Amino acid sequence: MSHRSFVWLCLLPLSISTAAFFLLPMAKLLITGSEGPKGFSEYLSIVVEPRYRMTLINTVVLAAATTVTTLVVATITGMFLQRHRFPGRSLLIAILTFPLAFPGVVVGFMIILLAGRQGLIGEVTSRLSGDKLVFAYSIHGLFLGYLYFSIPRVILTIMAAAQKLDPGLEEAARSLGAGPWAVQRDVVLPALMPAFVAAGAIAFATAMGAFGTAFTLATNIDVLPMLIYTEFTLAGNLATSAALSIGLGVITWMILALARSFSGNAVAAAG
Amino acid sequence: MKTGLEHGVSLRVEGCAKTYADGTRALEPTTLDVASGETLVLLGPSGCGKTTLLRIIAGLETPDSGGRVLFDGKDLTSSPIERRNVGMVFQSYALFPNMTVAENIAYGLKIRGVAKPERAARVAELVQLTNISGLEDRRIDQLSGGQRQRVALARAVAIRPSVLLLDEPLTALDAALRERLRSELNRLLRTLGITAIYVTHDQAEAMELGDKVVVMRKGAIAQVGSPRDIYFKPADRFVAEFIGAANIIEAPIEDGRLMLAGGRQPVNGSEDLTTAVAMVRPETIRIVRSDGAALNGVVESVRFSGDRQRIVVRDVSDKPLVVDTANTIEVAVGERIGLAIAPEAIRFLPPDRR
Repeated sequence: MSHRSFVWLCLLPLSISTAAFFLLPMAKLLITGSEGPKGFSEYLSIVVEPRYRMTLINTVVLAAATTVTTLVVATITGMFLQRHRFPGRSLLIAILTFPLAFPGVVVGFMIILLAGRQGLIGEVTSRLSGDKLVFAYSIHGLFLGYLYFSIPRVILTIMAAAQKLDPGLEEAARSLGAGPWAVQRDVVLPALMPAFVAAGAIAFATAMGAFGTAFTLATNIDVLPMLIYTEFTLAGNLATSAALSIGLGVITWMILALARSFSGNAVAAAG
Repeated sequence: MKTGLEHGVSLRVEGCAKTYADGTRALEPTTLDVASGETLVLLGPSGCGKTTLLRIIAGLETPDSGGRVLFDGKDLTSSPIERRNVGMVFQSYALFPNMTVAENIAYGLKIRGVAKPERAARVAELVQLTNISGLEDRRIDQLSGGQRQRVALARAVAIRPSVLLLDEPLTALDAALRERLRSELNRLLRTLGITAIYVTHDQAEAMELGDKVVVMRKGAIAQVGSPRDIYFKPADRFVAEFIGAANIIEAPIEDGRLMLAGGRQPVNGSEDLTTAVAMVRPETIRIVRSDGAALNGVVESVRFSGDRQRIVVRDVSDKPLVVDTANTIEVAVGERIGLAIAPEAIRFLPPDRR
């Protein structure tokens, strides 16, 4: 066999998987989306139809809030864990990354145990104030679940990026008179920017599309994956759910591309 | 050239030691004085404690209790680096990649709240001084290694530091560039009249840059002296062998002569010695005609390196003798030659402390 045909042979798995898992389903989804009574204008309904648009906004706000909060918590935690050595450190990291193994259903279940009707928070608040605080079955519960889900992933990315930071950079900034806040603002955070974009993109995409947790918490939470599910199974509205799916994908992709180019510009402008 | 940047404190390190949490001793109790405007070089092999000492002076490490660091007599031991007003230059350059060359240089001034026009003026002055004019708006990743280190130097000097600390600043550069930057650095240090501490493992750098050289070994100071002192009058065998090339001869002494296998070599100041550890620099040995010479030996190898040649001669002393000589002398391997050494070129070293 010549080298050339060997290379072509090696491309076979790629072509098959691209066709089977990407091209064919996407094409089918695209066609299905346009086969409803409204035709191709179905694709616009995600932004035109007030109910869908509200859901879209909800979903984007939830995903953005999850991403920002996750980045803040995970950066502080990850930097601390990277910089300090103490007994039990590796155990703590192992525990923190434990949720990586959980499916969305389990995460939803844990949120119910925490903030549900029989949950820990409800118990404590009813003892303290007489009012039972229950928020598991709403978008707030979902927010908590997504945080729980995203933080471990982002912590690991931040720790890996922080490890590669040249300690000389911080020492140089300090020698020039920069206090701890200035060092973070001017040196550490800009250096971690690529890691923020990468980790934030994963957190954002996950929060946009995750379904298991939302489904476990309640069926009436107003986010896009739930909307797609109800349109598909309950209303039997194939075209709408296909069009919404494409919309969810495209909008997530667009926001991520925007964030990436913005942060790229920010780095270029600063540097 | 007057630049308006002249400054520099006198520095005293007093009884500073460093022991890490795991019990390793990086630095034995060390006392050191640096005069204002002086360039002091800390020289030694890796792991000798030179970087630890520099970091204690910088305020990046705290000395074990009892140690003190004084700038102009003021005790700064408990001040962190950001309040010591020191300029630092690192082997890795440590330039901020998210800032331009000008922003890097101006960073310390910006932190100090210096107004923008004054910052710009100072940047202009410093790019001139460090030969990087025209690069002000470049990003760091668009610079060569030599340019980066010039920017790092400009950035460290911009804040008018009390002390300039340089941690192997030229080590990452290639040989030709290293030499050029070394002389530029020398000129800059003289121009600024700044107090500087320079860490290196390269003895040529130490010789050229240092007003005073501190040779360190295993966490302690082996010798402090001018470059000439440590070269010609090394305190012990370690310093003699670490600085330049040295022939160390161990031999008995009779009637003011070293009794060697290849002959008798007259020496000075040997009255109360019966055996000696003596050092002879290779360039102080002359090759002469074999008959009538005080010392005789056989050429073992000749290494011609253009500007000079290094000849190894056996059967003279207990170990082969290294001789550096002019490139015009022609000798062949196996030839019997005579050697002449002036008595004053031989320096006795204390017996090894082992």
